[in-house]
Amino acid sequence: MPVTIREMKIAIASGKGGTGKTMVSANLFYSLQNAGMKVSLVDCDAEEPNAAEFISGSSAGVSLVSQKLPVIDTEKCTFCGKCFEYCNYHAIVFLPPANFIQVVSDLCHDCGACVYACEYDAITEINKELGKVNTMQVNGQCRLIEGRVNVGVYSSVPVVKKAIQSLNCEDIAIYDSPPGISCPFIATVVRADYVVLVTEPTPFGLNDLKLSVATLEQLDKPYGVIVNKAGLGNREVYEWIAQKNIPLLMEIPFDKEIARIYSEGRLLAEVADGYQERFLVLSEKIKQACHE
Amino acid sequence: MKVAITSTGDNTDAKIDSRFGRCSYFVVYDTESGSTEFIPNPNLESIEGAGPASVQMVASKGVSKVVSGEFGSKVKSIFDQLKIQLIVVNDPSKKISDIIELLNQK
Amino acid sequence: MNEIAVLSGKGGTGKTCLSAAFATLCSNVVVADCDVDAANLYLILQPENDTEAVFVSGQKAVINRETCTDCGVCISYCRFDAISNINGTVEILETSCDGCMLCMRVCPENAITMAISDKSRWYSGTFRNGNMVHARLEPGEENSGKLVSVVRKAARELAKKTGAETIIIDGPPGTGCPAISSLTGAKKTIIVAEPTASGFHDMKRIIELAGNFGIKTYVVINKYDLNRDVTNQIADWCRENHLPVAGNIAFDPEMVEAMLQCKSIIELNPASDLSREIITIWNKIEKDEQTTDY
Repeated sequence: MPVTIREMKIAIASGKGGTGKTMVSANLFYSLQNAGMKVSLVDCDAEEPNAAEFISGSSAGVSLVSQKLPVIDTEKCTFCGKCFEYCNYHAIVFLPPANFIQVVSDLCHDCGACVYACEYDAITEINKELGKVNTMQVNGQCRLIEGRVNVGVYSSVPVVKKAIQSLNCEDIAIYDSPPGISCPFIATVVRADYVVLVTEPTPFGLNDLKLSVATLEQLDKPYGVIVNKAGLGNREVYEWIAQKNIPLLMEIPFDKEIARIYSEGRLLAEVADGYQERFLVLSEKIKQACHE
Repeated sequence: MKVAITSTGDNTDAKIDSRFGRCSYFVVYDTESGSTEFIPNPNLESIEGAGPASVQMVASKGVSKVVSGEFGSKVKSIFDQLKIQLIVVNDPSKKISDIIELLNQK
Repeated sequence: MNEIAVLSGKGGTGKTCLSAAFATLCSNVVVADCDVDAANLYLILQPENDTEAVFVSGQKAVINRETCTDCGVCISYCRFDAISNINGTVEILETSCDGCMLCMRVCPENAITMAISDKSRWYSGTFRNGNMVHARLEPGEENSGKLVSVVRKAARELAKKTGAETIIIDGPPGTGCPAISSLTGAKKTIIVAEPTASGFHDMKRIIELAGNFGIKTYVVINKYDLNRDVTNQIADWCRENHLPVAGNIAFDPEMVEAMLQCKSIIELNPASDLSREIITIWNKIEKDEQTTDY
């Protein structure tokens, strides 16, 4: 009996880079889209967005992502120093004898504390561009939403949030997560119902999987594992997830042909026999896990 | 005139510290009186923003020049606006006493 | 001091395996594992740590349940979406808190205090070919860029103490804060590219970043034989942009075998074609004294 999937947000993540997050995200998207689902893929790896290398669509709009940056009007400023005292990031340089006060834009975290502190209405905020969210229409009802942070910007979190907020009421949203376990990863997975961790059966893969699992446990998110490049390395990843009772959702073998398909920006589900069905089975497993 | 120099230690035999914001000590040298004041850098371990916080520190001492091994772009622009002159000494073997000598020759 | 940063933009292109190979070619080196989110190099180099230190990554707001009236004033001020009302109770999501202290300042009941985040650690120790500094960032903690700076500072001090002339920095993926901290002040950078559409794309972004810092940049194409067309495209692009390609490394399952045995490829099979190519690349880059030509 076919299970219908309704409003589900799935993050595809991994501690280690290069394990195949984007490959899984793009193939899952393609398979669901082909099966007639209304699905969106959000590329949350805003430092290195790659999903658009695999999925083509027509541009359906670009929105800029900015942070607010305080500017101090020295005419109104009384040099009381309260904003300087409130800024917890050392982003305000304050020299009362020289009548000098200035915001160092690179250090500002856009928290709003200085605006709150100022009693003389001397601080206004301007927008500083951090990146973009590009939306592409794919086959009518599906979309690819790509977060792309400008090179040199310290944190991609505002861009990730804006990309996810750009979703409408799709049935299924897939988040291609940034690697690692710090802020951009957290900003992605906290907004998902279920997290798929993609790993590889090597000591590096296992080590990073353990870190990701520890983070998701702390966030209390349900998750499962895909082993990519199966056949490389050893069995330790399998032993560890079995021992922890973590569901093994799928295995993708290590194969030079698969690597070649990927390297050309093509999709397994489109060109290799049986993969579309395998990714649909994956979505069913995720759906069931979400409801457990 | 007062000059700030970044130092690795708390005496004039110490060598120049090549980092501005994360140097160990600031030396404030007064060319008129010949006095030196050694101030441990309070921003050495700060999580971020050590550069601008250090600008604030030395500028509040009323210096007209700052000597160090390198200055970041954020720091440079603030010093420019404060009209404080920067002198880059790209030789980590120079002692504070050597630099004081050079300043007195000018 | 010759600080060489190994970076890639895209993850999984082989930065860590190459860093390990380079490190085991040196006789007295300091290695700084700057991928503090997912440190792996210690698995191969197996350092004996003699120092373990706490890294304070920042502060997090904590609500005192005794005095909190769940009025929600703090929720409207928090720009990090870290505070929410969950079934009538105001709660702070620790992993989203940026530590700005604004909620503490606006709370009419003084029910919010700041707690220091001190769960992250950094380590330094010795391994077969010298010294190593690495770190473990507590999941969800911020300031990974600052932890990278701490690791690099410790590495420089070790190099000074031991007379090591070379520091190898194994960098994180991406182009954000930790990648920037890994590049700042480095003398040279090696970009490990792989011949895939995404590897090529990400390589351009990290090269743009290195260009901003004016650091001498070399490209190494790893697993070049997986797609020779893309390898040629990368080589052409590098030529057009006056970037030296220091070498091409073939895909070889021996690389994984070395990892399983906690060895670098140089230690596993020094006479192999793969090892010989890596040795050539390292000699080229380490000895190159030419300055940048951006």
